[in-house]
Amino acid sequence: MHEHILFAVLSPLVGFLLCGLLDRLNFIGEKQASREFLLGMLSTLSVVIPFVFGIGFLLELLSLPENLRLFVVPVYEWFAAGDMQVAIAYQIDTLSVTMMLVVTGVGSLIHFYSIGYMHGDAGFARFFSYLNLFIFAMLNLVLAANMPLMFLGWEGVGLCSYLLIGFWYDRRFDGVGISTTTDAANKAFVMNRIGDFAMLAAMFLIFQRIHTLDFNAILAQLSAFDDTHLFWITLLIFIGCTGKSAQIPLYTWLPDAMAGPTPVSALIHAATMVTSGIYLISRLAPLYTLAPSTMTLIAIIGALTAIIAATIALAQNDIKKVLAYSTVSQLGYMFLALGVGAFSAAMFHLVTHAFFKACLFLGSGSVIHALEDEQDIRKMGGLRTAMPATATTFFVGSLALAGFPLTAGFFSKDEILMHTFASGQTLLYAIGILTAGLTAFYSMRLYTLTFLGSARYDLHQHPHESPFTMTLPLWILAALSVLGGLLNLPAVLVEHGVLHRWLLLPDITHSLSHAAEWILLGASSVIAIGGLFFAYSIYSKSPLEAESGWRLLLAKKYYIDELYDILVVKPFQSVLTRSTDAVERLLLNNTFNGLGTAMLALGQVLRRLQSGVAQSYAIAIMFGLMVILTFILFNIS
Amino acid sequence: MELSLNHYLWLSAFMFTVGVVGVLVRRNAILIFMCVELMLNAVNLSFVAFSHFLADIQGQMMVFFVMTVAAAEVAVGLAIVISLFRNRQTINMDEINLLKG
Repeated sequence: MHEHILFAVLSPLVGFLLCGLLDRLNFIGEKQASREFLLGMLSTLSVVIPFVFGIGFLLELLSLPENLRLFVVPVYEWFAAGDMQVAIAYQIDTLSVTMMLVVTGVGSLIHFYSIGYMHGDAGFARFFSYLNLFIFAMLNLVLAANMPLMFLGWEGVGLCSYLLIGFWYDRRFDGVGISTTTDAANKAFVMNRIGDFAMLAAMFLIFQRIHTLDFNAILAQLSAFDDTHLFWITLLIFIGCTGKSAQIPLYTWLPDAMAGPTPVSALIHAATMVTSGIYLISRLAPLYTLAPSTMTLIAIIGALTAIIAATIALAQNDIKKVLAYSTVSQLGYMFLALGVGAFSAAMFHLVTHAFFKACLFLGSGSVIHALEDEQDIRKMGGLRTAMPATATTFFVGSLALAGFPLTAGFFSKDEILMHTFASGQTLLYAIGILTAGLTAFYSMRLYTLTFLGSARYDLHQHPHESPFTMTLPLWILAALSVLGGLLNLPAVLVEHGVLHRWLLLPDITHSLSHAAEWILLGASSVIAIGGLFFAYSIYSKSPLEAESGWRLLLAKKYYIDELYDILVVKPFQSVLTRSTDAVERLLLNNTFNGLGTAMLALGQVLRRLQSGVAQSYAIAIMFGLMVILTFILFNIS
Repeated sequence: MELSLNHYLWLSAFMFTVGVVGVLVRRNAILIFMCVELMLNAVNLSFVAFSHFLADIQGQMMVFFVMTVAAAEVAVGLAIVISLFRNRQTINMDEINLLKG
C-alpha cells in the first residue's frame, strides 16, 4: 500500500493542471451551474483520493506493531551536489499520516464548500486549481522524508497563500501600508520569507555537521551536535515557524490575509498551512528536547502570542479578523504546548483546532455570502432565524473554541494547560487560563453579535440559508468539533489517550495527581462557561459598544503594524527604491544603451565595405586569395 | 640567350598580373573585358610553353578549349555591356553602384 504514495501525492497536482487548463471554459450562461459543479467535484476528487490513501496508510500502520510503524518510500533522485544527495522520498509514519488525514480531510470538505461559495465568480476554475496546488505542496510538506523536500512544500504553501490571498486581484483592501489585496498577499509572502531565511540557515548548520538532511538520519545522529549547535538550529527553525505559523514577531500577515476568499482563510490560515510549524517541531521533537533554553523561549512566545492576540480579538469588528486573531491565539497555545514538552498535546490541539476553526470560518463565509459581502458584525444580528444550520454549527464551533466542557476544544486545550501546570510553569499556566477566559468571551461576543438579537443589517437584504454544498461541510465539521475529543481523553479518564499512544512523540511527562487534574479540569470548565455567560449577558442586551481608549488600542492592534511599518517597511522601501533607481539609471541604462550605440557605430563602419561597385568586391576576393596563397606557400597552418 | 621554360612562365605571370590589376582598376567596362582577355591569353601562353617543353600535346589541346570559351564569353559579356548601356547610359563602372549599402 505504502509504495503507491506517489499516486496520492500527484493526484492534487493533476487536479491543479486540469483546473488550470479549464480556466478558459465559459462558466457563464445556461450551463454555468452544472459546469461549476463538475469542475468543483473534479477538484474535490483529487483531494479525496489522497484522503482515501491516508485511510489506507492508517490501516496499514495499525496492522503493524508500534516499533515498525515507519516506511520511507524513495521515489526519485532529485539532485546530488558534492556529498549532498537529496532524493524525493516520502515518509509514512504515525505523525505524517495524522497530518495527511487532517489536511486532505478538512481540505476536501473545504473544496466541496467552495463549489457553492465561489458560484458565479469569474475565476472559478483558477480558484480550484490554486487550492489543489496548495494541497499538493502541503502533502509534500507533511510527507517529506528529508528537509529539502519539506522546504519545497514549505515554500509551495507560501506561494499558494500568496496566490489565494490575492485571488481577487482587482479589489481594494485596507490595512496599514496596504491598499489592495495584492499588497496583503505580498505582506504574507515576504513575512514568510523572512522566516524561511532562518530555516535555510538552520538547514545549512545541520548539513555542515552531519552532511545529511534526512529526518531519520538527523534524529539518529543527535549526538553529533554540541550545545551551541543545538541552540542555534532549534532557534532558527523556530524563527522559521514563527513566520509560517504567525507567532510573535511575524504574525501581522495573518489578519491581513483575510483579504482572500473565506475558504482560503479556512483552509490555509486555520487548518493547514499555519500548522506546518507545529508539525515540523513535532517531527524534530527529539532534537528540541535536547535544547531546553529554546523550549522555554518557545513556551514564552507561545503564551504571549496567545494572550495578546486574544485581547486584540476582543475589539475587532470584522468577523474574519476576529477569527484570524483567534487563530493566532490558538497557535500560541500549540507552541506553548511544544515549549513545555507536550508534543502530543500540541498535535491534539492542532487536529481539534482544524475542525472547529474551519467550521467557524466556513460558517462566517456562509454569513458573508448571505449578507452579500457584509463582514462587519456591527451590521449583523438576528441571523439565527434566517440561517438555522449556519447558526447551529457556528455555535457548536464557538463552544469548541471556547473550551466548553466535553467539546473537542475543551479536551485539547485542557491537555495543554495541564501539561503547562505540571511542568511547573505556573506563570505561563496563568497566562493560558486567562487567555482561555478571553477566548470564551470573544467567541460568545462574535456569536451573539452575529446571530442573536435584532437585525442590524440593511432590511432590503433577505438573507437565507446557504445551499447544501455549503452546509454539509459545516455539519460534518461541527460533529467533529464535538466528537474529536475522543481522540485523546485526559489521564483521569483513560491511561493514555488514543492520539498519544498513536503518535509516540517524546513528550516530557510530568506527574500530576488525579485530584490536581480534576481541579484543573474544573477550573477550565468554570472559566469557559463563565466567559461565555459573561459575554452573552453583555452583548445580548447592548450589542453596540462604547468607544473608549482601551477599545481603540485593541482595535488598532496595539499599533504593532504601524510600528513595523515605520521601523522596517518604510526604510527598506525608500532605501531600495533609491538604490534601484540609481543602479538602473546609471549602470544598466548606460550599459545597454552604450551597447546599442556601439553596435550602430560598428554598422556604420562596416557599411563602407558595400560600395556597390563590383570591382571593389573583386579586390576583396583577390586580397583573400593572396592570404590563402601565402599560407600555402610558406606552409603556415 | 637560350629561352627556357622559366622565361615563358615569367612572361605569362607578368601578363596575368597586368590583366588582374587592369580588371580591378579600370573604369571602362570594355577595357575590363580586354584585361580579362589578356589574363586568358597569359594562361594560354603558359599551357603552350608547357606543351612544348614537356613534349605533351595535351597543353595545346587545352588551349583550343580556352579560346573557344573565351570567344563565347566575349559574346555574352558584350551583350551584357550593351544592355547595361541601354539602362544606365554609361559604362563607367564607378557609376554603377546600385548595390551600395
